[in-house]
Amino acid sequence: MSSDLTTVPKGIAGPSNFLDERIGGANFLKRNLRKIFPDHWSFLLGEIALYAFILLLLTGTFLTLWFKPSMGEIAYDGSYAPLKGVMMSEAYASSLEISFDVRGGLLVRQMHHWAALLFVSGMLVHMLRVFFTGAYRKPRELNWLIGVLLFTLALVEGLTGYSLPDDLLSGAGLRITEGVAISLPLVGTYITFFLFGGEYPGEDIISRFYSLHILLIPGLILALVSAHLVLMWVQKHTQMPGKGRTNKNVVGAPFYPAFMAKAGAYTLFTFAVVAGLATFTQINPIWLFGPYTPADISAGSQPDWYMGFLEGSLRLMPSWEINLFGTSHAGTLPLSVIIPALVPLGLVMTGLALYPFLERWITGDHSEHHVADRPRNNPHRTSIGMAAIVFYGVLWLLGANDELSANFQISLNWTTYIGRVLVFLGPALAYIITYRVCLGLQRSDAAVVSHGVESGVIKRLPHGEFIEIHTPAADDIEAHVRGKQAVPMLPVEADGAGIPPKGMRGPLGKLRARMSRAYGGEKIALDEGHGHGHEDEHAAIGSGEDRSLTH
Amino acid sequence: MTRITAWRRHPLARYAVLILALALVGMVYTAFVQAGRPADAALASGKLDDVAAGKSLFEVHCASCHGMNAQGTSTGPTLIGVGAAAVDFQMSTGRMPASNPGAQVPRKPMAGWVTPDKIRQIGAFVQSLGGGPQVPGKEQVDPALGDAGKGGELFRANCIQCHNWAGAGGALTQGKYAPNLNQATPTQIYEAMATGPQAMPVFNDTTITPEEKRSMIAYITQVREQKDPGGFGLGRIGPVTEGLVGWVVGITALVLASIWITAKKRQKS
Repeated sequence: MSSDLTTVPKGIAGPSNFLDERIGGANFLKRNLRKIFPDHWSFLLGEIALYAFILLLLTGTFLTLWFKPSMGEIAYDGSYAPLKGVMMSEAYASSLEISFDVRGGLLVRQMHHWAALLFVSGMLVHMLRVFFTGAYRKPRELNWLIGVLLFTLALVEGLTGYSLPDDLLSGAGLRITEGVAISLPLVGTYITFFLFGGEYPGEDIISRFYSLHILLIPGLILALVSAHLVLMWVQKHTQMPGKGRTNKNVVGAPFYPAFMAKAGAYTLFTFAVVAGLATFTQINPIWLFGPYTPADISAGSQPDWYMGFLEGSLRLMPSWEINLFGTSHAGTLPLSVIIPALVPLGLVMTGLALYPFLERWITGDHSEHHVADRPRNNPHRTSIGMAAIVFYGVLWLLGANDELSANFQISLNWTTYIGRVLVFLGPALAYIITYRVCLGLQRSDAAVVSHGVESGVIKRLPHGEFIEIHTPAADDIEAHVRGKQAVPMLPVEADGAGIPPKGMRGPLGKLRARMSRAYGGEKIALDEGHGHGHEDEHAAIGSGEDRSLTH
Repeated sequence: MTRITAWRRHPLARYAVLILALALVGMVYTAFVQAGRPADAALASGKLDDVAAGKSLFEVHCASCHGMNAQGTSTGPTLIGVGAAAVDFQMSTGRMPASNPGAQVPRKPMAGWVTPDKIRQIGAFVQSLGGGPQVPGKEQVDPALGDAGKGGELFRANCIQCHNWAGAGGALTQGKYAPNLNQATPTQIYEAMATGPQAMPVFNDTTITPEEKRSMIAYITQVREQKDPGGFGLGRIGPVTEGLVGWVVGITALVLASIWITAKKRQKS
């Protein structure tokens, strides 16, 4: 970083002068092309989703050139022999045509599908990074909400895309969609008939999903992605704590040339991974599934991974249903469908959307944050995140319980019983374990700061005791560790007369105060605890101070 | 001391005797085997009674679970009326004799003593007890004579809810499962449909005609012999392995790439 950041490199000066002399705006370019981006591997994860989305638009456009979104019945007359003469929809026949009779069609179809899987995975890992580092805090809450919306739209986009080829698996997904829609109390039948244009499956759903899949939802995603990026640009990227990094600066590399090269390289990496997967690994072999008819269903019918948690919750759910007034004529409330379809999705999405605001309500933290938290330094947040991951993960895993059962010789019934327990027990265990791990890591940070790093040099003292010499931590490591800030806490202490502060009085207020006391505050202070009783050379190490066991 | 006596005491004499003895035993054994051949030939030409031979084999190998008269016991079902096709299916897939009781008896290599002839004999015995489906002829199961398109429709309507769209198999309740169809011969596929082994229902000739069965065999064998056009097939079990590969290969590769890209610290801005 020795060169002067205020001088404008030739690569920027030339084009911006050219533009300035014609349409103005050199300052805009000069300022923005030298925007500083912090460097950390986890900051690139969201770009996976961005570049996968670009690939999705490109490959998707290619696919629309041949795909026919029609449910009209025709007899297959393409080059895939085992389906010769079979009656199928034009949508399925044209998907087969893309796969077998269009040059490069199968490769592009497979790239589209792999890019879709990586699009949603990229969003998920990016979201987890933002969550665990607290990067959603003020002033970035709105951008976080845009992200949650994008994730939801991606799921809908995936669902509609999965249904388009009209193969047997996409039909199975469509049937579940119909089942969920029709299970809604009062409005279920109306919604289903509106969606399908009549009795399931009707003849409209493919063309309707087609407009949603290629027009409406991608348009929304594109607009929201742009808003997401502009906000990120304007608000600047968060940075990891470190040497010289404060809430008021950004330490990193300028957009031009360094970050642009990195982002460009990462674009190519993403394209390469998608193209590589699509070349060597078969995905969604629709010719094996066969055309959809409502009479057929296959073992191993599964959604793509991002819908797996819904599949799992449906499979775990006991078969509860309520017949109003004891008869199905008065109406049935199929809890076995409503609960698994809406509750986990609602918990995950609502929880994600509300978390920044709940956290602020509990901590009373209204300040701006541009330095990210290390996950260990906010142990309750990290534990909540891990509990959510385990909850989601158990449902996701159990969505594949038939494959687990078939391939690992476990009784299908037992996978269900165990899953029903794990879905509640797992998150609780994850919470406790993560909390303890976070505190342990904080202790080891405190040891590094106040105690130094093990040098590997063993010294014998005159009275015979052996000690290991600790050397002070390197500058950058110490600065990274010292970037820790205590989690803010509300002023919950009662005043002299024993009256709690305003806003902490009613039952809700008391709950808020208790949560604030648990969530906020410094659990393990960096300089506390480790210094006492120890001299520089740790002559007192053997004096019975158990803290030394933590390093 | 004659020359013979000297030879007898030669150090190599004992080995010579040993070799002679072995050669003699070998010749006698060969003679006996030759003597046994005509019996086999008689068996093959059906001169000996298949049913009687089958009965004696049955009593030795099967009766402990199925009962001396194939009437069934608490550990094995009755075999009266299951037909020779059931015997051929169970024994040629190695499922019978079963190694241990369990939710389901798995396919395994045939036991050493089981030969096609012995299967035929036991089959003849079981057939004699109460009829049942016969072993299909070569032409009846010839995939080349079937219509794969028609067979595929029947396969999707009747088989894949347990066996999966590509015959990869699937789970059933309480530890039972639908096995994958990759190792089953056309004859075995036919017999399974006709006899409904273990958890499988029977698809008799009125439900699915023999011609339709042959078409289904044509579809199953065509699809399983097909080279996956899209690359590595991931076990043909669909989105589960695809998602796994997306995460384990795709996301891992991209995370490693991001670590690699950001690990390089710039020297100059």
